[in-house]
Amino acid sequence: MDSKKILELKRIANDIRKESIIMTHRAQSGHPGGSLSEADILAALYFYKLRINPKNPKDENRDRFVLSKGHASPGYYAALAMRGFFPKKELETFRKLGGLQGHPELKHAGVDFAGGSLGQGICFANGLALAGKLDKKSYRVYAVIGDGEAQEGAVWEAALAAAYHRLDNLVVILDKNQVQETGKTADVMNIDPAAAKWKAFGFEVLEIDGHDTKQIVEALDRAESVKGKPVMIVANTIKGKGVSFMELNYKFHGKAPDDEQFRKAMEELEKIEGSLN
Amino acid sequence: MPDLKATREGFGKGLLELGRKNPDVVVVDADLGDSTKAEMFGKEFPERYFTMGIAEQSMVGTAAGLSVCGKTAFCSTFATFSERAYEFFRNIVARNNLNVKLVASHSGLATGEDGKSAQAIEDIAAYRALPNVIVLQPADFVEAEKMVHALAEHKGAAYMRVHRTAVPVIHNENYDFKIGKGEILKEGKDAVIFASGTMVNESLKAYDLLKSDGIGASIVNISTIKPLDKELIINLAKKTDCVVTAEDHSIIGGLGGAISELLSENYPVFVTRIGVNDTFGESGKPSELYEKYGLSAKHIAIRVKEALKKKSEVIRH
Repeated sequence: MDSKKILELKRIANDIRKESIIMTHRAQSGHPGGSLSEADILAALYFYKLRINPKNPKDENRDRFVLSKGHASPGYYAALAMRGFFPKKELETFRKLGGLQGHPELKHAGVDFAGGSLGQGICFANGLALAGKLDKKSYRVYAVIGDGEAQEGAVWEAALAAAYHRLDNLVVILDKNQVQETGKTADVMNIDPAAAKWKAFGFEVLEIDGHDTKQIVEALDRAESVKGKPVMIVANTIKGKGVSFMELNYKFHGKAPDDEQFRKAMEELEKIEGSLN
Repeated sequence: MPDLKATREGFGKGLLELGRKNPDVVVVDADLGDSTKAEMFGKEFPERYFTMGIAEQSMVGTAAGLSVCGKTAFCSTFATFSERAYEFFRNIVARNNLNVKLVASHSGLATGEDGKSAQAIEDIAAYRALPNVIVLQPADFVEAEKMVHALAEHKGAAYMRVHRTAVPVIHNENYDFKIGKGEILKEGKDAVIFASGTMVNESLKAYDLLKSDGIGASIVNISTIKPLDKELIINLAKKTDCVVTAEDHSIIGGLGGAISELLSENYPVFVTRIGVNDTFGESGKPSELYEKYGLSAKHIAIRVKEALKKKSEVIRH
């Protein structure tokens, strides 16, 4: 991938971050931290890798995307809107009655999985991948899970099953942002060594810097050549990435910025935007 | 003597037939297919039978994923173990009304010797509370078999409860099961017993006991617990003014709960709920447990007589 495209994806990721801050600030509710950490991954998926068509969101041959960590919906909705699944104006309805729901719902265009309860999306993704195999379809399934989420036992049930069923059409991306609701993941319940665990469960494991667009893109490309087993991309990220006072700060897992924090956050993200020209 | 067969066997047979008819039917198993009889499908269609190991959450989540790709996804385990995946069923299947059929066997005290851990007595209450979910419980082998086909026609979330123990087959092959329809098996003018599952058989035996004492009881098979056959239930309540419910489930939140809710808002009348009286079971033969916990035909007859006494007292006042 040329450096121009990389730069474009970086700008998109920054826009996802800005929208996430705007949405949570407007709603005075929602989860900014995990939206900021997943932004680079979503940009690479939605604007490079996924074979999807916003004009036909239910195309049966489309690649599937499962946001297992459904609370990071602001970033997800921003990516969907920017990719053209629904008007950007709809982002203003986030968490409002009749609007975009707090956690993704299937009724929203482009949403393949209704998240909100951790540990479920990855099991669901196995079903999507099994159906693809059964129907001999070439679509691929991508699932983003959180590192706090990996404390759920069901994640490991799914890991066993994905390897057992040789789901090489499945790519799981661990948004390893190091922080969860009540503190550092390593302090709340350590999941490390994550890469070794997934390898032991039978995954092909690629470990990357989850904010390095070039590495993300290369890992997604490489994942396609893996045969006979599912792929885990351990993406080392920073919760709250891009906004200094949110970075690695567990208080912004599920708390919206106030007016002053909003102003500061936008200022910082606009500064990053300026550096990406 | 009628044939004795378990409803889980009917489920297995129905599922196999359905698989032969419909290539979009898939089954997800959590290592109990031999007991729930889902394995009958798996042996003939291994490519459409997905084992998850002993992992109920994975089973339900995976079935849900298959269902949104156009599959009619069945999954089955024991009723109590299905509850481990209850929140998966709630948040993925029920919330989105996906085409997933959770079939739970080994329900109620009729599970017998395995004891408390496998005798689900709260599952109907739990699944009935979920929006979008229909709740079914067949009375015999034939009804279970027909129910599987009806479930495939119903595009949406469902919980079907079957039993381990063999009970008399009361329907013939021409029986036409319809979701949401109760079935009057016996008619009597004094009381009405709404029964479900294995308790239909006990109620039919109670019918004979009551008849020999000159008491006429209607016996109604309620195999769809949600949505209830409201019209039928209200009409029969009006006819008899003496309502008894019978189920191998807690008296809280199951068939008795559902019928009490319905009647309290439409035709308030005394309802006698026969079931497991807010307690867990224990190991023993199903027949011994039914005696001890008050579910046998003999107990039903006694409770009907008590209900009739209550009814006459109300009339006197």
